[in-house]
Amino acid sequence: MKSPSTLKYMLAASAISLGFSNGALAQDTVKIGSVLSVTGPSSFLGEPEDKTLRIYVDQINAAGGVAGKKIELVIYDDGGDANKARTFATRLIEDDEVIAMVGGTSTGSTMAMVPVFEDAQVPFISLAGAIEVVDPVRKFVFKTPHTDKMACEKIFEDLKKRNLTKIGMISGTDGFGASMRAQCVKVAPNYGMQIVIDETYGPRDSDMTAQLTKIKNTAGLQAVVNPGFGQGPAIVTRNYAQLGMTGTPFYQSHGVASKSFIDLAGAAAEGVRLPAAALLVGDKLPESDPQKKVVTEYKKTYESATKQPVSTFGGHAYDGLFILVEAMKRANSTDPKKIRDEIEKTKGFVGTGGIVTMSATDHLGLDLSAFRMLEIKGGDWNLAESGS
Amino acid sequence: MAEFLQFLISGLTVGAVYALVALGFTLIYNASGVVNFAQGEFVMLGGMVTVFVSAAGVPLPLAALIAVCVAVVIGLLLHRFAIEPARGASAVTLIIITIGASILLRGIAQIVFDKQFHKLPSFSGDTPVDIFGAAVQPQSFWVLGGAAVVVLGLYAFLERTVLGKAVLATAANRLAARLVGINTTTIMALAFGGSAAIGAIAGILVTPITLTSYDVGTLLALKGFAAAMLGGMGNPLGAVVGGLLIGLLEAFGAGYLSSTYKDAFAFLVILVVLFAAPQGLFGRRAVERV
Repeated sequence: MKSPSTLKYMLAASAISLGFSNGALAQDTVKIGSVLSVTGPSSFLGEPEDKTLRIYVDQINAAGGVAGKKIELVIYDDGGDANKARTFATRLIEDDEVIAMVGGTSTGSTMAMVPVFEDAQVPFISLAGAIEVVDPVRKFVFKTPHTDKMACEKIFEDLKKRNLTKIGMISGTDGFGASMRAQCVKVAPNYGMQIVIDETYGPRDSDMTAQLTKIKNTAGLQAVVNPGFGQGPAIVTRNYAQLGMTGTPFYQSHGVASKSFIDLAGAAAEGVRLPAAALLVGDKLPESDPQKKVVTEYKKTYESATKQPVSTFGGHAYDGLFILVEAMKRANSTDPKKIRDEIEKTKGFVGTGGIVTMSATDHLGLDLSAFRMLEIKGGDWNLAESGS
Repeated sequence: MAEFLQFLISGLTVGAVYALVALGFTLIYNASGVVNFAQGEFVMLGGMVTVFVSAAGVPLPLAALIAVCVAVVIGLLLHRFAIEPARGASAVTLIIITIGASILLRGIAQIVFDKQFHKLPSFSGDTPVDIFGAAVQPQSFWVLGGAAVVVLGLYAFLERTVLGKAVLATAANRLAARLVGINTTTIMALAFGGSAAIGAIAGILVTPITLTSYDVGTLLALKGFAAAMLGGMGNPLGAVVGGLLIGLLEAFGAGYLSSTYKDAFAFLVILVVLFAAPQGLFGRRAVERV
């Protein structure tokens, strides 16, 4: 049996050595935080984000880190729960003392965390879709994914080129579908679009033929737009073909921009158009395209590391991480406020989602060119020739 | 007319699935007095197991058979290890156990399978059949036909076989059934296995139309439960009528009224019916014998 004094001595020694190693670590590492929905209903978004961050932080560290400092990544899983997200955000700020945050899988989680980062004055690059994240502009909050408003504008732009103005809408009643529907209704007049019929379906519905029959029988209908997410749009697409409506141009949203949509909708997906990031058609981009190199490299890295097909969601995390890393390099400092200033000065950053140029009034920095209009042909994405 | 037919057929197809789920509820409720909220998970298992087994190269009919067997085994395990040990507990406790089982099964499916949506090929092609101007997927006939076969089979089993009569006897009065020599524990196990099989069949038939994923069972259980309540809990005929009625209400609600309020419309009708007849359309009034 050890005497109490020996034990005390050992404890003291280990405490000293721990303290010492911590001190040594703190000098050449910086902490970047992340709260993602790796599990739960949004896991198909959070999982690729989580993998992307881990792959690239390892890669950056292997190459010597940022400005001589290694990055220590602290990731928490909120399970899709906004309350948990907020708790983890506070922990990142108070316990982990991160210098910046790349995360916030859903709009709900992001909005719950925004006040924490605003108060602590730590930059927060969100991976959530809705425009509310950066409108109105908050000093420390940025985001990388395209907004649903841009998707509507891109679709309407394409419709205008095809001289189609009378559209029917069938939208999911989930958060994504409802928000995009509202944005589309708002911007439709700017493009001379007239919504002649406006239908919805529940996110878990298994049959949309009733709504589509109504749309089909609407006089003057020229095209149909389906803002939605998950399996709903796949069923809508199948019902659309079932009812023999394929003569009418059909538009999906960027919410279905993953290979599984084509698999699920099958032959019915032929001819469907949708706006999506360049990442999906990396191999089909012309060599001259500025994004070609970034998207093909990201796709290769991600797919070889995870053995899973790449998704745009992981791409948002890639963009967020590298916007931050570049800003840290320029700032050459670990002061969150200086890093924030540099993030805002991001100019011509080529990411998977588009070319990002931020400003004091624009914390997203993407324009409509970030979206490509795709058409599904032969079971694969193809760049649609505009106006055809 | 074409419009009406379109709504009718899509309503019947969706309703047939609700009816099968409701039948599963009914069978277990009759044998044990438990409302089994893991019923939706049997539907999910039917679809998901078929998808993954057939993806591994097994022909579709065999994969479907395996899926039904897997569901039955899980149904029996659920009875043996979750319901049977809590035999003496109140119905509410047993219902809570089934909710727990449902969450557990969903979680396991999420790990064993994945979190993506999956589909099965339609059994007889995707070319829509034209019925007086209404475009109908061939799979709809499979769903309707399959549901009819299950319902008739169940009816024949309950009315024409000794074992089926034992189930009915247990449903009517468990104590009396035990007194005449029926092993009510076996009957309960049979009910769990049987309703797991019915759920799995529903899942297999409907997956080519609705797609499937690990959490597809939640909503189906809810709708099936509503159907069983509407028809009268414990009455197989009521379960079928209730299921079809809810499917039709949804389709006609979406078609003629507003798609935004179609669920609200369906549930409003259910509420009105239950106000007028709390025992459901075909339910017997519960009588306390003193």
